[in-house]
Amino acid sequence: QKVSVEVLDHLEHLALVDFRDSEGVERLQKAIQFADQLHDVNTDGVEPMDSVLEDRCLYLREDDVTEGNCTKELLENAREKVEEYFVAPPGNIPLPKLEERETFLQGS
Amino acid sequence: LAPWIPVVGLEIHAQISSNSKLFSGSQVQFAAPPNSLVSFFDASLPGTLPVLNRRCVEAAVMTGLALNCSINKKSLFDRKHYFYADLPAGYQITQQRVPIAVNGSLSYSLCIGNKMSQLVTKTVRIKQIQLEQDSGKSLHDDTRCQTLVDLNRAGVGLMEVVMEPDMCCGEEAAAAVRELQLILQTLGSSQAVMAEGQLRVDANVSVHHPGEPYGVRTEVKNINSIRFLAKAVDYEIQRQIEELENGGTVLNETRAFDSKLGCTVPMRDKEGKQDYRFMPEPNLPPLILYDTKSLPANMNHQQVINIDWIQERLPDLPSVKREKLVEQYEILPEHSFTLLNEDGLAEFFESVVKQTQMKPKKVIGWILNDLLSYLKLHSLTVKESPVSSFLLADLLNLLEKKEISSTAAKRVLAELWKGEGKTPLEIVTEQKLELLQDQKELEQICQAVIDGQEDE
Repeated sequence: QKVSVEVLDHLEHLALVDFRDSEGVERLQKAIQFADQLHDVNTDGVEPMDSVLEDRCLYLREDDVTEGNCTKELLENAREKVEEYFVAPPGNIPLPKLEERETFLQGS
Repeated sequence: LAPWIPVVGLEIHAQISSNSKLFSGSQVQFAAPPNSLVSFFDASLPGTLPVLNRRCVEAAVMTGLALNCSINKKSLFDRKHYFYADLPAGYQITQQRVPIAVNGSLSYSLCIGNKMSQLVTKTVRIKQIQLEQDSGKSLHDDTRCQTLVDLNRAGVGLMEVVMEPDMCCGEEAAAAVRELQLILQTLGSSQAVMAEGQLRVDANVSVHHPGEPYGVRTEVKNINSIRFLAKAVDYEIQRQIEELENGGTVLNETRAFDSKLGCTVPMRDKEGKQDYRFMPEPNLPPLILYDTKSLPANMNHQQVINIDWIQERLPDLPSVKREKLVEQYEILPEHSFTLLNEDGLAEFFESVVKQTQMKPKKVIGWILNDLLSYLKLHSLTVKESPVSSFLLADLLNLLEKKEISSTAAKRVLAELWKGEGKTPLEIVTEQKLELLQDQKELEQICQAVIDGQEDE
């Protein structure tokens, strides 16, 4: 069962990651096949495990102020800044639609 | 024309009142220099991990208990993914699968009837309460075509309270939110000041004909006060009805309330139905809460949250406070609502009652009619009142002892508002407002009047 172009396009939108070429798509395909092996296991009545930490204690921190006040350090990472603000584009720039962008997926 | 049934549900985000953030030790404070209250974790720098703040969990448990919820002894954290400049990690840590509290209820009251004197109690079901992170703040600079991002708010703890669509109009929504606000402030779990963004409300609105399935709903955001909430909801209900009666359709969209125009408009930047790809937060084990029965013997008590312990220490909720006021002072239920609705008014009233012999039933009139209307006229809070409870009690004592008439008392009060430091007795003496008590003196005056008449 191959992953459809619609799903691949949707994934590119969600993750903003480009599959780039047939090799990228093939790798995804193989990863899904690998994970699908889980379906071979009978898990009726078994509570899903979603974290290997499930039997660990969740540490609770006291409500004290112990961090912050490092504006200068944080802004060192910013490509652009205005006074002490990070600068970003005016809004999300959505990925253009499949027909309108250069992507390997077009040809599929 | 068939009648329409409006359906209103609410999603309320209340900022938790705590010193530090939900998963980091940076400070929670309104209006600080940009990006000064931001830790490496809040800025999502690689290698940082979330560490849960105990106080935030306690706040959520308190709130859940006050709203009659079942507290989930095991709740989980998840990641909700979306891209936005004020969400540096690219995901928000929330509780989507198993939140901390579920299935509660909130009772609120409305004034109905011709003289707004009939009190009706309604209930709205609370679907759930979940803990989640707040995002940073985006300041849109349209002239330079850019957004300025301040992460001071990023990571602040929020309680999202989801109210089922049990309400039917703006007035009900507003009353429910007002009651929730009072409860949160009484608990101290949130200061819930809407103007400072500590309480944010999104409304889900739809309409349908009786007997038919629910209509398509819209989400209304950008509501900045309880008054605007009522307006926004009522406008949206009307808009949907008109749209449908004109043969149009209601789109499942997000709209913003424009307070200047008093209407809702479609929001830009919403790219259709979002796919958030929820996944368990891999860095946080389940949150386990205990009660007295399940309390483990050997655990460090700082690491243990006991639901029963919190339940025992809940303060009197507004509804209980009102009942007590009505019972203790023999005032009307409507009076108790007004007393609690104004910050500090109930305390002022009780203070006056303690210092005067006048019956509370009579005192309340002076508090609600004279004091409150004066404060409202001059936009003052109870704390800013130029007339203290001591002065008012002093005045009411003069009235009670029949040393002045009630008309005179009102004149003295008018003088006291000036805040010139005079006592009621001084004003009475100055303006000669004393009631004459002396029988002989009264007889002389009456006789003089009669004599004057005879002369004509």
